Amino acid sequence: MAKKSKKFETKAHEMAAMQKEISIAEFFEKNRHLLGFDNKRKALMTTVKEGVDNSIDACEEAKILPEILVEIIDMGGDRFKVIIEDNGPGILKKTIPKIFAKLLYGSKFHRLRMSRGQQGIGISASVMYGQLTTGRAAKITSKIHPNKPAHYYELGIDTSSNKPHILKENEINWKKDHGTRVEIDLEGSYLGGSQSIDQYLKQTAITNPHVTIIYTNPKAQQLIFPRATEQLPRESKEIKPHPYGVELGVLIKMISNTDSRTIQSFLSKDFSRVGSGTAKEICKNAAILPNTKPRDMTREMSEKLMKGIQQTRIINPPTDCLSPIGEELLEKGLRKEINAEFYCAASRPPNVYRGNPFQMEVAIAYGGEQRGDKSINVYRYANKVPLLYQQGACASFKAITQTNWRPYGLSQSQGSLPIGPCTVVVHMASVWVPFTSESKEAIAHYPEIIKEMKLALQECGRKLSSYIHKKKRIHAESQKRSYIEKYIPHVALGLKELLDLKKADELKIREKLKGLLEQKRGKLKKIGEIINPEYDEEFAKIGKIVEKEIEEKKEEEKLEEKKRTFEKQEIKPQKTLGEFKKKKNKNKSKHNKHKRKNKRKR
Amino acid sequence: MTKKLKPKKGNVNVVKEIKNLANHVYNKILRNKSPILKSPLRSLSNVKYDPKQGYFELLGKMKERALTATTVKTFAQTLRMMGLSKNLIETKDIATKRDAYYQSKNWGDARFKEQTESDTVMDDIEAMMMVNREQIGFIPGEHGGAVAGKLIVIDKDPNTKKTLKIDCSKMGSGAYSVPSSVEHLKFETKAKFVLAIETQGMFDRLLRHSFWKKNNCILIAMGGVPTRACRRFIRKISDEKKIPVYVFTDGDPYGYLNIYRTLKVGSGNAAHINQYFCVPRAKFIGVTPEDIEKYKLPTHPLKDVDIKRVKNGLKNDPFVHHYKEWQKALTKMVRMKVRCEQQAFSAHSLNYVIDTYLPQKLKNPKSWLP
Repeated sequence: MAKKSKKFETKAHEMAAMQKEISIAEFFEKNRHLLGFDNKRKALMTTVKEGVDNSIDACEEAKILPEILVEIIDMGGDRFKVIIEDNGPGILKKTIPKIFAKLLYGSKFHRLRMSRGQQGIGISASVMYGQLTTGRAAKITSKIHPNKPAHYYELGIDTSSNKPHILKENEINWKKDHGTRVEIDLEGSYLGGSQSIDQYLKQTAITNPHVTIIYTNPKAQQLIFPRATEQLPRESKEIKPHPYGVELGVLIKMISNTDSRTIQSFLSKDFSRVGSGTAKEICKNAAILPNTKPRDMTREMSEKLMKGIQQTRIINPPTDCLSPIGEELLEKGLRKEINAEFYCAASRPPNVYRGNPFQMEVAIAYGGEQRGDKSINVYRYANKVPLLYQQGACASFKAITQTNWRPYGLSQSQGSLPIGPCTVVVHMASVWVPFTSESKEAIAHYPEIIKEMKLALQECGRKLSSYIHKKKRIHAESQKRSYIEKYIPHVALGLKELLDLKKADELKIREKLKGLLEQKRGKLKKIGEIINPEYDEEFAKIGKIVEKEIEEKKEEEKLEEKKRTFEKQEIKPQKTLGEFKKKKNKNKSKHNKHKRKNKRKR
Repeated sequence: MTKKLKPKKGNVNVVKEIKNLANHVYNKILRNKSPILKSPLRSLSNVKYDPKQGYFELLGKMKERALTATTVKTFAQTLRMMGLSKNLIETKDIATKRDAYYQSKNWGDARFKEQTESDTVMDDIEAMMMVNREQIGFIPGEHGGAVAGKLIVIDKDPNTKKTLKIDCSKMGSGAYSVPSSVEHLKFETKAKFVLAIETQGMFDRLLRHSFWKKNNCILIAMGGVPTRACRRFIRKISDEKKIPVYVFTDGDPYGYLNIYRTLKVGSGNAAHINQYFCVPRAKFIGVTPEDIEKYKLPTHPLKDVDIKRVKNGLKNDPFVHHYKEWQKALTKMVRMKVRCEQQAFSAHSLNYVIDTYLPQKLKNPKSWLP
């Protein structure tokens, strides 16, 4: 029999032997760029981001004012230890391994509620990345109550099964009342600049004024972002899905899972904004009896129901599920960061895409110390989380480039960012922010979202334009005045010559004429001055590479290059002298030592 | 009744006038009022023609210069230019227009960029005080024109102050050049008329063939629009010796409206001094549009600027408004769409103009234009 079966073995059999289930962990192990681990720099950044996002989410849900400690330790050889500790509610012992060492495990995926995390991938992916690059386990400590012990875990991920691999677990004493501490070793690279961890934490602090972050960077410098308010942001409520947002497959799944006895009650119980009246109307439009039992629904009937939903007018989903940053806070954040002449913010009323409520907020800072010959700066946020990567792929980028900024006083070439001394902040708050990838770097291009963004940008643009035009007007007036003032001394001098006046009289004429000018043209309004007491220079510096540093770096590079060419020149003639090969090696090491000394001297 | 502004003549105390103006400005400033400099508007829209007077008279329209962004620079420049003028008079010095322009280069921001700017300011000051340029110490840089024929000019040697008699009939193939200032000149002549000629070329032809001897006249080449000195020179001869002036220009709108009109009645731009700088006795003998047909002269087509000039003249020039003959002639020219030059007579023969045209025209006043 065995022989026979072997005879009948086809290519398909052969291939079948190689076909097997792929665990999600394995998938992401290979496709780690999808999660934001494309390079060392980004990997470090993503790990911090996931940890901090989770911590803030947890604190907010438990109504605790977040206090988050972030520490990054440079362990040499591109290895870093990332420690994130919060004062959140803690995690139950049994769920700790799953949360940190199983991909796609979490509370947020199935709920429609505005939160930072969505899928339950982030932190476990970081653990997996750490394991992959350093082979070390993640160390988790969590405590849920002052009277209960803290649990300590050392965890790895079994990627072939996507299951936690517990290396060590015990109870320990932890001074904290409650909270969680994560320690991950990973390969990374720490750099400053606009896409740095420093920048990320700073932007987080701006949009989350209720959070205190204590951050120690790899250079062992401690930065503290103290909370600016003791008030937690408005709690965002969880909502049920809106009928407009569901797709057929989801609908069928919901029907099969429901506890309701009739379709009518299913509709009104499992969806938001559907009362019994609306439910009846949907059934009528779908030509389905309202008292049909859910389990009797066939696929065709579900499809009918789907069409019925689309034919029925249903009011937009409730928006108390959203917690926007608010115009005031957005503007305040900008003031802290940028010394500009003019600030404005606009908040759109909530809107809906695919049944998901969302809200756009935009703020602009114009002029002041910003450079006018470059493209504008764009700060992007989604659910209060700063987005630092893939600006070009983001819906906000498209919205900005598609908005015509020329009437608002900024120059712009077709299809690109406007140019001017300007910073634009775009925030999207939604129960479900549609990202283009799991690394959550860019918002997907939904027409409804782009439209709302544009409307918000235009609202700000109009305010900006009235300021810019006012400034231009006043500028023209002041030029006229200075032109007149330029010739006042000549009028005085002319009269002095003609009438043989004294110097004192000449000065008197000048003064009188200046007075006359003021009297005739009115007081010149002042504009363009930077009045910004909220500006925090130290704060603004964080995450920015100071120009000096760049220059220093360049100089260093130049020096090194010089040395390299110098070395080549020195080594070359030695190579031709084959006879001295043995001696050369000895010489070389000496030579190198010598050079190192030289370097130090230089 | 429009207010007529009469120009001042002779020994006006210009320095006093300048000081008065400056004091006016100074007092206004001291009283916290915006200082204003007023001068008559110098354009054709502010003159009227009265054949009894024989020249363009200034009407009352004034140009105001206050301290606004657009005028403050010129305001300052006007004051400084007045200062320069006062200085010149007090030191009995003179400066040409070009000198004045260069003087302004010391004024810092108030300096002139082009000479046209300084010329305009100078003309404004003249008009403001209703005096001639020479009276405020400036002299034109240009020459007055060439004179030949039966005329003796009595001048003084600038150094020795001795009287000089210049006989314009003894200039050979050359000519006497009209000086920039002519007020002090006196004349002796027995000529019957003055012939003012537009071009030097025609003047040379008449001179070579001693046209003035045969016709007992004085020849003057204006070289385009006559300068103030040239106008005043012709006026003085015609006034003092009571002899008529005949004008011979190209047959084109420029010759009619710019050269002849300016010589006879003055210009809009120099309206404040027209009284002394025009020749009301002048008559136009040619080339008229009728001559072009009558003598079958070769022509050139009228340019757009020519047609514009005629239309503008018919519409705005008080002189043209007064004379139907000129209106007819100009309309005829536009209808013919051609113009013709003085020298076009050479098409018939080189001396046709001397032998035939001018004698015929001089005999027949009906073929002239007023």
